[in-house]
Amino acid sequence: MAPRTLFDKIWDQHRVRELADGVALLAIDRVFLHERTGSVALKGLAAAGRAVLDPARVFCTMDHIVDTFPGRGDATRMAGGESFILETRAAARAAGIRVFDVRDPQQGIVHVISPELGLALPGATIVCPDSHTCTQGALGALAWGIGSTEAEHALATGTLRVKRPRQLRIIVDGRLAAGVTAKDLALFVLARHGVAGGDGCVVEYAGAAVRALDMEARMTLCNMATEFSAMTGLIAPDEVTYDYLRGRPYAPQGTGWDAAVASWRGLAGDADAVFDREIRIDAAEVTPMVTWGTSPQHAVGVDAAVPAVGASGAAPEAHARALRYMGLEAGQPLASLPVTAAFIGSCTNSRLSDLRRAAAILRGHRVAPGVRAICVPGSMTVKRAAEAEGLDKVFTDAGFEWRESGCSMCFFAGGESFGPRERVVSSTNRNFESRQGPETRTHIASPETVAASALAGHIADPRRIVRSAVQAGEG
Amino acid sequence: MEPLRELTAVAAPLLRDNVDTDAIIPSREMKTVSKTGLADGLFAGWRYLAIGGREPDPAFVLNQSAYAGARILLGGVNFGCGSSREHAVWALHEYGIRAVIAPSFAPIFAANCIRNGLAPVRLPGEAVAALAAHVVVAPQSRPLTVDVVHSEVRAAVAGAAGSGAADTLRYPFVLDAESRDMLLEGLDAIDLTLKHRADIDAFLAADRAARPWIHLGRTSQEPNP
Ligand code: SF4
Repeated sequence: MAPRTLFDKIWDQHRVRELADGVALLAIDRVFLHERTGSVALKGLAAAGRAVLDPARVFCTMDHIVDTFPGRGDATRMAGGESFILETRAAARAAGIRVFDVRDPQQGIVHVISPELGLALPGATIVCPDSHTCTQGALGALAWGIGSTEAEHALATGTLRVKRPRQLRIIVDGRLAAGVTAKDLALFVLARHGVAGGDGCVVEYAGAAVRALDMEARMTLCNMATEFSAMTGLIAPDEVTYDYLRGRPYAPQGTGWDAAVASWRGLAGDADAVFDREIRIDAAEVTPMVTWGTSPQHAVGVDAAVPAVGASGAAPEAHARALRYMGLEAGQPLASLPVTAAFIGSCTNSRLSDLRRAAAILRGHRVAPGVRAICVPGSMTVKRAAEAEGLDKVFTDAGFEWRESGCSMCFFAGGESFGPRERVVSSTNRNFESRQGPETRTHIASPETVAASALAGHIADPRRIVRSAVQAGEG
Repeated sequence: MEPLRELTAVAAPLLRDNVDTDAIIPSREMKTVSKTGLADGLFAGWRYLAIGGREPDPAFVLNQSAYAGARILLGGVNFGCGSSREHAVWALHEYGIRAVIAPSFAPIFAANCIRNGLAPVRLPGEAVAALAAHVVVAPQSRPLTVDVVHSEVRAAVAGAAGSGAADTLRYPFVLDAESRDMLLEGLDAIDLTLKHRADIDAFLAADRAARPWIHLGRTSQEPNP
């Protein structure tokens, strides 16, 4: 047999039959829904008089619109938001689907809870009407975002009609420096190759620097594959993956676990497998990154200046428009830019390791006066684990709000926002115009950079603080 | 779904790169669990003078009388990137748009278009620019034709002055057979797939033995035992 990639193996294993012209009918192992887009799919299905083929492999969470203030119920800040929750709950229950509901101890952002509960597994096909489903590719799953109509198809038939994508391998050689994270690597790739760079491909991340990432960092990296316009991203499973999954609630147990791991070990791509495209990156070149504009590709090193028109690779008009929206001028250094808000959360960076690294920077300090700082753990499981080690105290002592889990201000649903022209440094994934609220200005960065910036009151290089904290500790 | 075979209509250029689905329909405009009632929110952040308001911004292309009745959009690279929200396509469709011509599309957006009878037509950047240059001179009298049957975009061009002869700009595009059939026939994908129900059942029976960890209990409201 010809050498195959990880993707080829998953594809072959799920092919129910060939349809026309490179399109296959692919079996779907897991469908996730949330109240924002899943509700429409469930309603559409019911209206067409169709049933969910296998409800036991469909899961639903309330994450997008749900309130994140302590003591929350079904009411939302967004006018009419409650109807999404009520309708989703009713439709999911009627379909016999497990709902991680508003008060469920396992509730959280779909791409945080799926891996953490052991629902995302190596070699599995996973879809959700949500573009960041690619996050779950970190476990060696083929996981991608779809629309609501395709979700109806997956629910009703247990399959999707999928055009076989081209394959791109991104090899990251070497090792990321201390204080440089998977988030910085993701932004670096976007800055260098552009948000259209993935062009519908399946992206496999490989190389020593990727292998060295822990499981949660791998999720951060794969999370932004959709920002690259890739179909999805994935990473071959290895011991890091198995160590992470062992004992998780929905992961196989006992002899079932051993059989699963034995099978997963065969998933990694063959050494001589061929990709349609390849990109190589030297990890040593990556530094803490921050965005200056309104596209995730508008990213530079945190110690750089706002690029001049023409220097960013963006069309001059788009560049100028981004500067106008952001209230910036070319040549302005980013590292002294005042911020009025800091946000740590989202499916990119809201897991326990993210919160730990941010807390290490915040410990014993206060956010600068005039900065509104918010931390929203990605799931209630993450929240409890963080509280068990006292991280909530670190955040609140520093002046951060400590919330219930959800997407919160990663996007503006119509309720809460930081306000027009407010400048936010944010651990999220999208800095589109008005993404975090009408006219809000978003600078995307790692949780470390967000924490360091919150303390400084301006965009700040986290490596300085990490270094000085270490020196203070030694002195 | 209504079939799309050939469409001749006014085309509006919106040649920005990376137009995201948050821009096509902002979250705040998706007010209920519904696929309809979205046309008013289409491009709301660009189309109206104030956020949340409804007073048209005269600078926005779709607000200009020259482009009244536009059913085709000319777009930039990576059109429809960002959120997977199918509401972006539903809003375009409800507004009347039936085809978007752009150098590239975000994959989820393109798939959503096909599922809703809207053609995502991929043409090289130079071709999109040439079509836009052609259209802007007199948008109402220079419509474009998107021909799904023959996979080409056409525009009638007046011949050399005095010759009276008309010529045609033609740009062939590639659409995979599955997507093309979906558009041409207005087929329901679920119905098509359910014809293979026996294959699906056979696959599942074999897969339950091969990968038991994937197949959670029938009543798995609870995790694996
Ligand atoms: S956290 Fe943000 S990006 Fe992630 S699923 Fe929620 S809204 Fe989408």
